[in-house]
Amino acid sequence: MSTTLVESNADVAGARDAPARRRRRRVDRLPYWLLAPSLAIIGVLLLWPLGQVLWMSLHDLRSARQIRGEQPWPWASLANYRLILEDPFFWRVLRNTVVFALANVGLTMVLGTLVGLLLHRLTQRMAGFVGSAIMLAWATPAVTGSIVWRWLFDDTSGLATWAFNALPDRLSGALFGRTDWTGYGWFNQPLLFFAILTLVVVWHSFPFVAVSVLAGLKSVPSDLGEVAEVDGAGPWRVFWRITFPLLRPVFGILIVLSTIWDFRVFTQYYVLAGGIQDRPTFMLSAYSYAEAFLIPPKYGVGSAIAVVLTAILLTVTGGYVWMMLRREDQR
Amino acid sequence: MRRGRKRARRWLLNGAGLLVALVAAFPVFWMVSTSLKPNREIFAGRPGPLPHAPTLEHYRRLFGDDVVPGVGFLDFFRNSAVVAVSTVLIGGLVALLAAIAVGRFRFRFRTSFLVMLLVVQMLPLEALVIPLFLMIQRLGLYDTLASLILTYLGLSLPFAIWMLRGFVAAVPAELEEAAAIDGANRAQIFRRILLPLVAPGLVATSTFSFITAWNEFMFALTFINDEHRYTLPVAMRFFFGRDDTAWGAIMAFSTLLTLPVVAFFLLVQRRMVAGLVAGAVKG
Repeated sequence: MSTTLVESNADVAGARDAPARRRRRRVDRLPYWLLAPSLAIIGVLLLWPLGQVLWMSLHDLRSARQIRGEQPWPWASLANYRLILEDPFFWRVLRNTVVFALANVGLTMVLGTLVGLLLHRLTQRMAGFVGSAIMLAWATPAVTGSIVWRWLFDDTSGLATWAFNALPDRLSGALFGRTDWTGYGWFNQPLLFFAILTLVVVWHSFPFVAVSVLAGLKSVPSDLGEVAEVDGAGPWRVFWRITFPLLRPVFGILIVLSTIWDFRVFTQYYVLAGGIQDRPTFMLSAYSYAEAFLIPPKYGVGSAIAVVLTAILLTVTGGYVWMMLRREDQR
Repeated sequence: MRRGRKRARRWLLNGAGLLVALVAAFPVFWMVSTSLKPNREIFAGRPGPLPHAPTLEHYRRLFGDDVVPGVGFLDFFRNSAVVAVSTVLIGGLVALLAAIAVGRFRFRFRTSFLVMLLVVQMLPLEALVIPLFLMIQRLGLYDTLASLILTYLGLSLPFAIWMLRGFVAAVPAELEEAAAIDGANRAQIFRRILLPLVAPGLVATSTFSFITAWNEFMFALTFINDEHRYTLPVAMRFFFGRDDTAWGAIMAFSTLLTLPVVAFFLLVQRRMVAGLVAGAVKG
């Protein structure tokens, strides 16, 4: 608003170099026109739904006709939130989500960092080879990546079942208390299910961490570490005293991104669980989806769970944005 | 003595590298290998790493037979392609305009816009599926490919702008100023100077959008009901759960779904890393 005012004042004041002024004015307006389509798309498809889900969570929505706008939306105030917060099952789901996300972030970061450090020490050809191999894991779509793991753990012909059957009976019996693994329900026990899901998610996500850490290592002077090593510092000390502080910004962003991704895991969950009927292993995203879209639909309760998930992640995002801004300032 | 230790360390490092490569690539290898095995080998109970008698029967059946009556693999493939290509074309244009705005101009709210881009990239889309479902219903787009194109535009746009902005900013402004002095107008500067120089970035960004749209599962699961309009990831559902034993067919299907993504991905992976942790390294 104020720019427009200043400009119209300038219009009145200086009539002499009109071309230059017209040019400046166009420069001032053009970026907004260029941004308009993006703002429209982001506003309509991301920001508006964000408000909408909050609005829906405050209503009693239980039928598709309400969604289509053919029936009124009764105001429910905080009833949906009260319902989930008083339900012990919700707390179990929340615990599942948090423990799963933290475990996965930790494993992904440790494995990714180790592989990144390894890539940095390999010869260029070897690093290229290993890099392409881990890129394959990264590039595989979530759906097909998960389905391959389901096949590996198939209870009759899966490779894992075969491998466990191939163990000497005495060893297998002593370790696991069973020798015949054919027909074993790998996905039926919550703990085992989460273990396999962790395998899939970490397998999918460690390459990104490894490649980012490698990129970071390449950009910091390598002589520092070498000097310290000559001075007798072990690799553990070198990492924590030199490498880690130098790469702190990279690690910060990687941890935030991984946390956000691992809190939202849905596709891998859906494929491994074979749907979203498997309540004991629910995590927030699957729980919200199941409440809203399984029969009978409970769009209001599903929205409330979605709001809880969003609130948790926006808190994490706050940290991320703060870090990015601090970085921009340093430039 | 020292040389011997050094060589031992090199062997150890190479061994570790080989192990990492093997573990990372194994599931993909196993997928392709299974898809080429005849059924009797798949279910023989003695899995070998490579097919004994390689066969294309699973692929042939995938292309020959209908997956559900009246709908075949090629229908799903076409749906996926239509959705992904539309997303890329529309998204590329829109993102380019916005990237020019933030990469070339200083204006009020520029920083606010950039911060907003960062924040919306972090929104859990899983939490937006309910309100988007409502929007799609109200717009009368339920069960259409347009619903997916629209959704994927929203999903891919923030990152696309963020990534393209770097490419636009990397083009020296002096080139454009020189062209302006030579009398070129804005359209000419855009077409002759900026566009050719940003083209590689546009390719990288488009590839990313393509992969997002091609792989997406949850929204396609929610917005599409009619099998004729299923995209590839959702069509995988026909195989698991219902007929658990058709692993050869499932792996052939998975291979065909994965192939384009892997190809595109290897093309642009360097730029993707650069975009995601842009500037984090060199403060």
